[in-house]
Amino acid sequence: MQTASTAAPKRTPLHDVHVALSAKMVEFGGWYMPVQYGPILDEVRTVRTTAGLFDLSHMGRVLVRGKDRIAYLDRICTNFVAKIPQDAIRYSLFCKENGMPIDDLLVYKGAEEVFLCVNASNTGVDLAWMRQHTAGFEVTIEDQTDALAMIAIQGQTSTQILQPLVQGLELAKLGYYKFGFGTVCGIANMRVSRTGYTGELGYELYIPRAQVTAVWQAVMQAGEAHGLKPIGLGARDTLRLEAGMPLYGHEIDANHDPLSAGLAFGVSFAPEKGEWIGKSALQAIAAAPQWKLVGITTTGPRVPRQGYGIAINGMVVGEIASGSISPMLNTNIGTAFVPASVDEAHAKVELDIKGKRQEASFCALPFFSRTRK
Amino acid sequence: MRPNDRRYTQTHEWAKLEGDNVVVGITDFAVQALSNGNVDDLVYCDLPEAGRAVEAGQTFGEIESVKAVSDLNAPVTGEVADVNAAIEDHLEVLSKDPWGAGWMIKIKPGAKSLDHLMDAAAYEAFLQTQAH
Repeated sequence: MQTASTAAPKRTPLHDVHVALSAKMVEFGGWYMPVQYGPILDEVRTVRTTAGLFDLSHMGRVLVRGKDRIAYLDRICTNFVAKIPQDAIRYSLFCKENGMPIDDLLVYKGAEEVFLCVNASNTGVDLAWMRQHTAGFEVTIEDQTDALAMIAIQGQTSTQILQPLVQGLELAKLGYYKFGFGTVCGIANMRVSRTGYTGELGYELYIPRAQVTAVWQAVMQAGEAHGLKPIGLGARDTLRLEAGMPLYGHEIDANHDPLSAGLAFGVSFAPEKGEWIGKSALQAIAAAPQWKLVGITTTGPRVPRQGYGIAINGMVVGEIASGSISPMLNTNIGTAFVPASVDEAHAKVELDIKGKRQEASFCALPFFSRTRK
Repeated sequence: MRPNDRRYTQTHEWAKLEGDNVVVGITDFAVQALSNGNVDDLVYCDLPEAGRAVEAGQTFGEIESVKAVSDLNAPVTGEVADVNAAIEDHLEVLSKDPWGAGWMIKIKPGAKSLDHLMDAAAYEAFLQTQAH
């Protein structure tokens, strides 16, 4: 881990709430986080059938201001920031010159500022990278990670649960990957986005640290009649994998570029975007792809795990990036990197677990999504 | 207190002398840590074939829960004499009866001594040091 540190993990403002709910707490990305409150697969099913509430306060939150903010972000982001409509959100990455990701992130384009949401484990590296590349741009970078907490409500009953607590923002009219500001539980001017990491209808809310516990409790109470439950990071990982969404350290990292991971929608080679960090390396990869990310299912007993081999027509030529039991597909699923030349329609695919083979099949990504499929 | 008729490893296996063999399983603590109290969270157990050589402290199999795979480590060196293959399809046995029906393998040991392992009191004390 590049950000490994001997410092004690940080606690989110909701730490005591999780402990009171008897959550199993684990260290994740430098934070103590709830991995589960009950059985992980039950939590997955809850989000797929009703709704779940997540503490995402470990994620990094960064506000970028100044007159050159767009040009600056277009220099360090893979996506075309100038082209993002106001009040819309786009997926992007920060890459090094060699095209390999430092992190992936969401870019919220406001009228006067751009707000970024980055991964917990990479927040420090991201901030250092951002500050290293401000020369020649009039920008200010404000780390709001400690000032703002973050929660998400995900699932089909999200709107019903949340709307009564929100004034001045009509959630049903908020489009996918759009954001607005409303009064949440009486707190004015709160950022609310229709985003998530589950493939379900849902919202992410950014709430000042001191007030997030009251908002969490109010949402839990409002959701009681709608089947809302608190959901841990264990279920979140399965939900995002079912939804075909990448996780830094699995589908992308210092050795796995975004194009091979199927994330071309977050990379812009538009000439008007100009030069940006990693562009030429990624253009070379686009011109001659070596790898591609595929979905697999396997009915055997073993769950695909990162690093297991993938055999194509008998030969181990690829590797699992992520895997899980999928309650939605009722089978074990995984993502895998295989050579770009593999013909999924005709190739025989197997898992290779320390030399033991288990039958598998290719499956189109995402495995499941109500928002994308 | 856990059964005092057997010895324990720091990786939460138990070992019990039975005739010429050493019976091996995992402790209630291991089962709880793997399953978080949810029987269904245990999904797979990979055990060796009879006849395979195993070495003290080295892995003889794997047990898998929803989110993780853990090694099973041999408490003694020897040869696998018998395997409880039934548990591979009935992992709930590990929660219900880790000390009896949940045994995993029997090892015919090179040396018939468990003195290098912890007794129940020492294992209890060891778990206390692991608590935080």
